[in-house]
Amino acid sequence: MTPELIASLTIFALAVFLGFELISRVPTLLHTPLMSGTNAIHGIVLVGAMLIAGSADSTLEQVLAFVAVVFATINVVGGFLVTDRMLHMFKGKRPGEEDEPR
Amino acid sequence: MTALAVSLETVNLLYAVAAVLLVFGIKQLSSPRTARQGNFVAAAGMAIAVGITLFHPDVDRYGLMAAGIAVGTVIGIVSARAVKMTAIPQMVALFNGVGGGAVALIAAAEFHRLAPDEGALPVDTIAGILFGALVGSISFAGSLVAFGKLQELLPGRPLTFPGQIIVNGLLLAAAIACGVGAGITESGVWIVLLLVLALVLGAAAVLPIGGADMPVVISLLNAFTGLAAASSGFVLGNNALIIGGTLVGASGTLLTILMGRAMNRSLANVLFGAFGAAPAAGPAAAPGPGGGDGAMVRQTTAEDTAVMLAYASQVMVVPGYGLAVAQAQHVTRELADLLEARGVRVRYAIHPVAGRMPGHMNVLLAEANVPYPALLDMEDANPELNRTDVALVVGANDVTNPAARTNPESPLYGMPILDVDHAKNVVVLKRSMNPGFAGIDNELYTNPRTAMLFGDAKDSLERLVTAVKAV
Repeated sequence: MTPELIASLTIFALAVFLGFELISRVPTLLHTPLMSGTNAIHGIVLVGAMLIAGSADSTLEQVLAFVAVVFATINVVGGFLVTDRMLHMFKGKRPGEEDEPR
Repeated sequence: MTALAVSLETVNLLYAVAAVLLVFGIKQLSSPRTARQGNFVAAAGMAIAVGITLFHPDVDRYGLMAAGIAVGTVIGIVSARAVKMTAIPQMVALFNGVGGGAVALIAAAEFHRLAPDEGALPVDTIAGILFGALVGSISFAGSLVAFGKLQELLPGRPLTFPGQIIVNGLLLAAAIACGVGAGITESGVWIVLLLVLALVLGAAAVLPIGGADMPVVISLLNAFTGLAAASSGFVLGNNALIIGGTLVGASGTLLTILMGRAMNRSLANVLFGAFGAAPAAGPAAAPGPGGGDGAMVRQTTAEDTAVMLAYASQVMVVPGYGLAVAQAQHVTRELADLLEARGVRVRYAIHPVAGRMPGHMNVLLAEANVPYPALLDMEDANPELNRTDVALVVGANDVTNPAARTNPESPLYGMPILDVDHAKNVVVLKRSMNPGFAGIDNELYTNPRTAMLFGDAKDSLERLVTAVKAV
């Protein structure tokens, strides 16, 4: 094993625990927006797609990379926008806070 | 063309900054007060990661990349804007699917680039490529099937045949065998076979799952895509990918479990239970096509219901997917306002999985400016239902089925439900006697205290509004 691989595995293991800890107390109300938000975050594959597209030599690689960039961009852009639209609906209401005087 | 190269150290440093923002974003997304800001923070982290990649020393060609990003941005913006709030679940499925597809394509491109090199590929590189190809393709095909089911392009009911689990197991084994073949021979034929088998497997695994369970499946596929993205991080030696992907993989897995718990279903039950398949030993009522026992169902009119509502002291609205489909949240609010003006207390009982995803109904009612304190979750709503004069069930079905409490033969048995049958009167707004999304007859409808008001939810509510005004 190379030192790089060991460092990567360490990061991986820590990120697993962090991922579990971060959302262990999320209310049901937020399940859908949270799913949509994390969905946008795995659009980080766009970075990988860009690295491939930016150095592809053969035509086949270029085609694969182009489609990958398109897909990943849809994932990122669409994901964040849809999540924002959902959360926009909660504007002005503060679940868990004191009830508004009526 | 000379690269706009920044040193690799700087690039990696900014990836670390981006990773911190992603973590912080998820943290804020899980609290109602900060959720919207969290989405911005995560998006900012993403922007930094993508932006600095342009300056990565390995990158020296920009045409292809720019074109791809432009096309993807346009499609992303248009589809995110155009989608109705009711169709959000399938849109999330679609965005998840393309993410998985991107991972599979990256894996294929990396394999093509690296395989012809002298000597064998390092085991960790080839393992990362194969994992990404397998899981990315499963996620892509599975998400498309989930989309098809929710969009009603495919039948929502489970599609099953005998030995399905064995066939899927064989598909997985064959795909893994192709992966081993690809690892040993480094020949492109194997990876193409692997991709094809994984696509078939993804579709075959989701087809037998009923539409009502789709949110859980989408959440699981979301976690899959995250892990697949992390594997491409290992292949490309990129920490931003490893951290971002793994966070989603881990939090997505936990979220899937939490969602299953809200429906009182284990993950294994969701995946292999073929929920909603006609039970062999049916409930007491004869399982006639589309509820053939119509004689026992009491039908009512908007005028009668309006009188009942207007003179009630407490009305509980039980909204379900039918309300969402009919876009009836605004007219529901209008009816509630009219009743409140007459001194009727109107509240809403929200089942954890009302709509098609946990929290979906809260979003829709918030859109119609329903005051938050009027929304009761299941634990608070059930005791109140005992004191309720009229329970107005708008397009909800399976979450009100008393069989979940009483009939151990029912596939719904054990699922927490809203005890609508405890109210003094029940009025069910429903299009027809067709069974609900899970395909199970509801004995609530033959309860003597229940009256049915047939028609599209929005039309029925509008008729009720007119009738209440006339009372």
